[in-house]
Amino acid sequence: MTEPTAFSFDAESQALVDGAIAKYPPGKQASAVLPLLDIAQRQIGRLTGSAWLPTVAMDEVGRVLDMPNIRVYEVATFYLMFNIKPVGHFHLQVCGTTPCWLRGSDEVARACREFTGIKGYGETSADGYFTLSEVECLGACVNAPVLQVNDDYYEDMNAPRVAELLTALKRGEHPLRGPMNGRQNSAPEGGPATLLTIPAE
Amino acid sequence: MAKVTVDGITVEVPNGSNVLQACEAAGKEIPRFCYHERLSVAGNCRMCLVEIEKAPPKPFASCAYPVADGMVVHTDTPMVKAARRGVMEFLLINHPLDCPICDQGGECDLQDQSMGYGGDTSRYHENKRAVTNKDLGPLVKTVMTRCIHCTRCIRFSTEIAGVPEMGATARGESMEVGTYISKALSSELSGNLIDICPVGALTSKPYAFVARPWELKKTDSVDVLDAVGAAIRVDTRGSEVLRVLPRINEDVNEEWLADKSRFALDGLKRRRLDTPWVKREGKLARTTWPEAFAAIEAKLTGLSGDRIGAVAGNLCDAESMLALKHVMAALGSTNLDCRQDGAALDPSRREFFTFNTSIAGIEEADALIIIGSNPRHEAPLINARIRKRSLMGAFPIAHIGVAADLTYRHQYLGGTPQLLAGLRDGSNAFASVLRGAKKPMMIVGQGALARPDGAAILAACWALAAETGMLTPDWNGFNVLQTAAGRVAGLELGFATGKTLAQMLGGGVDLLWLLGADEFDAAAIGPNTFVVYQGHHGDRGAARADVILPGAAYTEKNGTYISTEGRVQRGALAVFPPGEAKEDWKILRAFSALIGKPLPYDNLEALRMCLVQENPLFDRLDILPHFGCSDTTGPVSVGAVGDALFEPAIENYYMTDPISRASPTMAACIEAQKHPKTPAESAMAAE
Repeated sequence: MTEPTAFSFDAESQALVDGAIAKYPPGKQASAVLPLLDIAQRQIGRLTGSAWLPTVAMDEVGRVLDMPNIRVYEVATFYLMFNIKPVGHFHLQVCGTTPCWLRGSDEVARACREFTGIKGYGETSADGYFTLSEVECLGACVNAPVLQVNDDYYEDMNAPRVAELLTALKRGEHPLRGPMNGRQNSAPEGGPATLLTIPAE
Repeated sequence: MAKVTVDGITVEVPNGSNVLQACEAAGKEIPRFCYHERLSVAGNCRMCLVEIEKAPPKPFASCAYPVADGMVVHTDTPMVKAARRGVMEFLLINHPLDCPICDQGGECDLQDQSMGYGGDTSRYHENKRAVTNKDLGPLVKTVMTRCIHCTRCIRFSTEIAGVPEMGATARGESMEVGTYISKALSSELSGNLIDICPVGALTSKPYAFVARPWELKKTDSVDVLDAVGAAIRVDTRGSEVLRVLPRINEDVNEEWLADKSRFALDGLKRRRLDTPWVKREGKLARTTWPEAFAAIEAKLTGLSGDRIGAVAGNLCDAESMLALKHVMAALGSTNLDCRQDGAALDPSRREFFTFNTSIAGIEEADALIIIGSNPRHEAPLINARIRKRSLMGAFPIAHIGVAADLTYRHQYLGGTPQLLAGLRDGSNAFASVLRGAKKPMMIVGQGALARPDGAAILAACWALAAETGMLTPDWNGFNVLQTAAGRVAGLELGFATGKTLAQMLGGGVDLLWLLGADEFDAAAIGPNTFVVYQGHHGDRGAARADVILPGAAYTEKNGTYISTEGRVQRGALAVFPPGEAKEDWKILRAFSALIGKPLPYDNLEALRMCLVQENPLFDRLDILPHFGCSDTTGPVSVGAVGDALFEPAIENYYMTDPISRASPTMAACIEAQKHPKTPAESAMAAE
């Protein structure tokens, strides 16, 4: 993926851009920098399959919002959700914070590495399909460990499920997100553990 | 006013002050890194912690905490000491202990404050972080591992310089200060980053590994590379000028200095004239003082005064211009000119050629029109003051001239002088803005005056000023922005009489005495004109000369200068002129004795007495009284305002005089501007 030389919002994005700017009072349009960066990153992802923010896209956001480019760079580099380097089609984000780590996030990360051939965090696989990142708490601790792929959470992961998921993704399928062990949302594993009988009156 | 007690000392400070200012008012030293009185408050270094009574029992960052009446502050309690020591320990965790090879050593806030407030040993045994260096161009060297993230440089470039290029990218331990995309800083004030950086992260590239501060002799002087008259300190070692730093002068430069004034000093060592030269058989040959004088004297024999002329250059001090004027008078000549660019400056009244509002007065104005000028390049410090006023709000600015990024929001009206008519008759919308303002001001640049219809434009500008209420008994909003440090003094001394430069060229005189005059086309001098060049650099004038008399540069003589404001200031001798070169007035004094008409002064004091006799203004040293305008009669108008577009007064900011043209650093700045480095080259240069 080479650095593009130009960027502009397409019609689909432009509608979202106008909506984002309209949320703020006139003159305070710079407040829309986060949504605009997100719109730009998604547009690039939609068009090229790699959702990232080249410098030209950040410059365009600065131009649209009438703010110095460096202020846009500061925001874009601060948030890990913005990729300032090209990523693969599937951005694998392994949660490594304590609950996930206790429940086996190391195993999830190892399985990701083995399947994709990636050596360490931040790298992209040779086939360009996968990028592996470590992220902080995704807020889904009840279903730890969690692997986020692009926008979707895949929960209750282990090594075989990672391999199965990534195989399916590579085939072009879109497996149902959520708990991978069959439970409903964050209900107890293996069925209900309390309130098994309804006490008689 | 709020009454605050600091360590038992009660002081009164204005409401809205912060605790740090109250502590300073009480004479207590508060250590700080991020706080700077001319920048916004960041409050991120946490070094200025103090304890405040009847507040939550914790240390407070005094720079970011407003005072309240009756507040009791302690700066020396055990809690404060422990808190500061803790902060210092954290700051030093990732700071390399490379003071022995750091250029900031000896004048480093972190070094000083760690001695005063830090612990005696390090308890840190883990790895320190390392940060790749950034390439900020030919002036500022970076060692980013030393950065303590005070963000002063970011705030300076955003707020003062108006060129938001510095920022803090990424976060936490990955946070880096830089430009993100590698590029040279595009500000004319970038050198000030070096001064405000409290550590050795941003240092001077040309001065890298040159000297330690305690080896330097410091001479207070005044800058002459533009007409602002910024206060400077010249640091020398032996016979070399090693650096130029700003001094604080609230009325002129506050504490900033423009890049050319700061970095052109390496031009003082190159292309110098250090011995007299005489042209023999078409070629310049080294000679001695008596022979050089004899060559001039031989030429003078039988020459009538009318066929002799003198031109004073842009960097000339008043003393040497007066001495030259007296020599010319002794030779019977009144052909004097100090306006090399042919600017139609009317010397009949001071108000017609000075910056009457004064630089500090810009902050009082409430509307501004800039005509034929780009103050960002012609006077970066005045531009910074306009930007400061602009940030205060309610300051509409219009610009007529060559469109440019002036670092503040302004309305660009166009590039033709015909717009002046529209402003005068009210058909231009900005006319009503000027008329509605209480203290409107106008800046007229040399780009508007150095043209055939300059006199007409000057008169039209004055008329516009008079009609829009700029000229009242309390307020004078008419300003001519000079670009040459010697120009105002020249006009005040009457160094603009007889034939003009244009009339002296092309054979108008038989002997032309150039006193550091290099800013005109020397090829236009008539082929039979005998040219004496007295100056310090082998530049355009010297190349055409028949006799060269080596003079002194501004760091090598005690000289009096008048800034564009009309402020009389004195520069001081920091080093002696090189080789055979002499102070300019002494050369002229010696020559006058040779021709049998000795000048009536043998020392600087006597000469300065003469200056005051010539013009009492020279007695008003450093002071600038604030005048209104009592006489609205305008300068004489010649012809009509033409319709040729305005042109820039100076082609390139970095090279405007013999010193900056000889400077490799200034050449590197131009190169960086013309051919920006690719990211790969930049990364190489950064290391």
